[in-house]
Amino acid sequence: MGGVVKRKCTEDLANLRSQKMQQLLLQKLLNYAPSKLNSSIITITNCIYTKESLEICSKLLEINPEAYTAWNYRKLAVEHYLQSETDPDSIKTILSEELRLVESALRRNFKSYGAWHHRKWVLSKGDLSLDHEFRLLDQFQKADSRNFNAWNYRRFVAAMKKVPDEEELKFTTDMINSNFSNYSAWHNRSILLSHLLGKRVQGSFPREEVLTEEYELVHQALFTDPDDQSGWFYHLWLLDQTVKPDAPVLVSSWPVQGSDVIASFNGNLNGCASSPFTNFHSDTGEFPLILYFNQVVEGVNSATVTVESIFDKNGDLVWRPLSTNYSRNAQAWVTYLKFPDIKDHSLKSYSVEVSLAHCQGIISSSGSHYIHPCQFAFTVSLQPLDLEYTERGPGVEMVVWTDDYFYTNETLLQDLSPTILSFHQQRIKEDHDATASMWPSKTIANEIALFRELLSEIDCKIGKLTLARLLMAHDTIMSYNKTPSAYNKVHSEEVLELLSDLMKLDPSHSRYYKDEHSLVLMQKVTSNRELLLKHCWHYRESTSSNIHVSICLRLNNLSLSRIGSIEILLSVQMLDLSHNELRSIEGLEAMQLLSCLNLSNNKLHSFTALEPLRLLKSLKVLDISYNEMGAHSIDTRRYLCSSPLSHTVGSDWNVDDCKTDGINMTNYWEAVLIFRGLNLTQLDIVGNAVTDEKFKLLLVKILPTLKWLDGDDVH
Amino acid sequence: MGELEMEKHVLYILSVEKKKDDFESVVMEHLRINGAYWGLTTLDLLGKLGTVDSDEVVSWILKCQHDSGGFGGNIGHDPHILYTLSAVQILALLNNLDVLDVDKLTNYISGLQNEDGSFSGDVWGEVDTRFSYIAICCLSILHRLDRINVEKAVNYIVSCKNLDGGFGCTPGGESHAGQIFCCVGALAITGSLHHVDKDLLGWWLCERQVKSGGLNGRPEKLPDVCYSWWVLSSLIMIDRVHWIDKEKLVRFILDCQDKENGGISDRPDDAVDVFHTYFGVAGLSLLEYPGLKAIDPAYALPVDIINRIFFGR
Repeated sequence: MGGVVKRKCTEDLANLRSQKMQQLLLQKLLNYAPSKLNSSIITITNCIYTKESLEICSKLLEINPEAYTAWNYRKLAVEHYLQSETDPDSIKTILSEELRLVESALRRNFKSYGAWHHRKWVLSKGDLSLDHEFRLLDQFQKADSRNFNAWNYRRFVAAMKKVPDEEELKFTTDMINSNFSNYSAWHNRSILLSHLLGKRVQGSFPREEVLTEEYELVHQALFTDPDDQSGWFYHLWLLDQTVKPDAPVLVSSWPVQGSDVIASFNGNLNGCASSPFTNFHSDTGEFPLILYFNQVVEGVNSATVTVESIFDKNGDLVWRPLSTNYSRNAQAWVTYLKFPDIKDHSLKSYSVEVSLAHCQGIISSSGSHYIHPCQFAFTVSLQPLDLEYTERGPGVEMVVWTDDYFYTNETLLQDLSPTILSFHQQRIKEDHDATASMWPSKTIANEIALFRELLSEIDCKIGKLTLARLLMAHDTIMSYNKTPSAYNKVHSEEVLELLSDLMKLDPSHSRYYKDEHSLVLMQKVTSNRELLLKHCWHYRESTSSNIHVSICLRLNNLSLSRIGSIEILLSVQMLDLSHNELRSIEGLEAMQLLSCLNLSNNKLHSFTALEPLRLLKSLKVLDISYNEMGAHSIDTRRYLCSSPLSHTVGSDWNVDDCKTDGINMTNYWEAVLIFRGLNLTQLDIVGNAVTDEKFKLLLVKILPTLKWLDGDDVH
Repeated sequence: MGELEMEKHVLYILSVEKKKDDFESVVMEHLRINGAYWGLTTLDLLGKLGTVDSDEVVSWILKCQHDSGGFGGNIGHDPHILYTLSAVQILALLNNLDVLDVDKLTNYISGLQNEDGSFSGDVWGEVDTRFSYIAICCLSILHRLDRINVEKAVNYIVSCKNLDGGFGCTPGGESHAGQIFCCVGALAITGSLHHVDKDLLGWWLCERQVKSGGLNGRPEKLPDVCYSWWVLSSLIMIDRVHWIDKEKLVRFILDCQDKENGGISDRPDDAVDVFHTYFGVAGLSLLEYPGLKAIDPAYALPVDIINRIFFGR
């Protein structure tokens, strides 16, 4: 390793260096420039622009276009001269000289922001030939077809000259045809097409025909050189344009249509042969109503959703977006219905009707309105309050997650099955089906065939990845067009295989494929009742006379790195995700009924990763033992968690509230932030880098409801 | 493969500080304040900020400030938001923010916000999402974010989002890793990351890693050490950094070191400079390279400094 490495200079500097004369001049100018050219000083000293100083200034800029103060000086000078000039020819001469200077500076360094902006500024000062600008751009874009400053400038001039989008689209076609590997041209094409499609000039710009042609164009790029990335993102964008549903759709809810929910207030649900999936226990005297949409929406409120029940007046209901970032939009929304104050101990059921009839106000992030009115109803029975059992229930007895506490019972599970999935039964009205175009599914089928063909010829990464995406898109489209009972992911197995191949084929990005793999696996596992029931276990409480039945969804040991398909799992109250490879639990915030959660033996790096739990009002029992909390210097969830750093928690928020002796609270703000809002009775945290005794004392302090910490009684 | 030549890099940075007359220094003259930020932050990440006379730095920085409140890139150069951020970052680094007339500085920055929510870089009106980031970052550090229209600022950034999930300088501008850092950083600081399609952008960003392990800034471009910062910090803010091969990237950065004289270059065997030295060291910090202080991906300052600013009251 001892050899002297000859170090090359970067290209620009090398060019400059070779011109010694210029270097000397530059030094001289720069020594002179700052004091003489500073625009503020000049403004103060009554605008002195000598011929000499302007000449020096332009020489300086021709050598170093980045000397921004010199550009400012020239702008001041131009403004000064224009003030006293009325002759159009003279004005043109002044401005043309500026354009000449910019051109010469750009030939030195055509990435100079200052030079490009000076040109824009000059154009705004007078009526100059824009044709000349296009000619110049043609030269520059031929020399460097990827220069994004030039592309930006092109869009600026095209807008100024009011060049029709179609004409600029033609320019991108020419650029692409002369070289497929021009990401900048593909990019500009997507911008222009979005404008044109957005205008929705029906007939003159038929969406489906246009997109079909675009597919053909991008195929040429992809199939010519599958390793060239230029077409990759464009193809994915086309796919998105093809399958993305415009209007938001309600995909699931809790409670589901037709279900009979049994709720108990501050008590235990005992002995009911009915489904633990519809039993619900509440400490606070309220129960959640969850709506889950197929995309992020805003505008869910008592004006857009009507809830008729004896519990609350519709107008009093407060709908909250279930998102961890405190934004006003989310895929899942919740409102809490209050139990009536009824002394009557009879098991009487009350009906609740939910209707999304006047729902135009529910809007997707792309601006589409909800257009599929729907309604559903369920009943709620209030469980007689049995004081004997009020000391039971989740979190009253210590929960143990070892295998011997779980057992299966096929017949009991089968009885429960009708309500296990929280599909919304009337997801899409039949009349919607009739109007739906066949074009997307045909297009996807065609793409699938093409990419299978490509893969039969060469084994390439983008071919496999695209095929996997197409197959998933196909399944998604089919699920929209069919009834929920036919909601089958027919391609899951093949997609999983493709993703496993990709992990080997492209090991640098293996964890990207792994995350995708996990999502598809979750889809597969939850895709029908039979598969999901395999993961449902009974939990046996150790000492009780075993009348309290809990069902636990055990998705442990599946090597999941990410979770998904939450919309199907809204009814789950006990969830075991242990022994996976989870780094994030994003999405869990929608599981409002969750009371016991096992996340032990995963790869959670930081407390901030637990942010979704802050929205789970019912959570009592949490196991996060054997993760990587505190083991990493870089926190990748730092900005996905509400905190003063991102101004998502008020500036009055103060960690010192929880000050504990001997602990520097600045180091534990994440833990305080997350745990302070929880009502945990049981927490397991052993096996993380942070768990020293002082930290445990802090936890006990910020979690006043806590009974067990790492299996020890804290009292 | 060698290790990070910490001591040599410290010496290299200190030597750059002293040189004022060689060619690179002259070309860099107008952005010396940026250079100071790169150099001083690198020293701090290497645990050697103490070797710098902070009083001298602070008094020089204050000489770069104009009556408008903005800072120039050096004494005698015009004020611009680009240099104002470096000034604020350096003062934060040196725990000397209290020398600032915060209201004056805040007025300068908030005065650059345009009607559509965007920001100009200075009085001459160049608009760019880089300036949005700078304004938001500066004001957040000064606890004055309420002095601009944050909602409009965020909406403008969102209007620069592209088909690939990335962001450009202005609406319609092509995605570029540096620009993505600015937009994602601004959205992170304003609690608006829900506007980012994390999986789409994450895929585009992780595909910036080329065979050598280095990262490029756009598809089909050469890798460059500076993207170790722009790409990595963006991937971290959206929690997708595990999608690249970190070990290969560490090796690429280490291969760009000048093992004789210190400093890091854009690619192996090229000439080193302070810009790439900073981005190399900051990149290694984001990769949790042992012995380096952790750097915050949004504010581009060491985590302990940022925690002190936001939690250390």
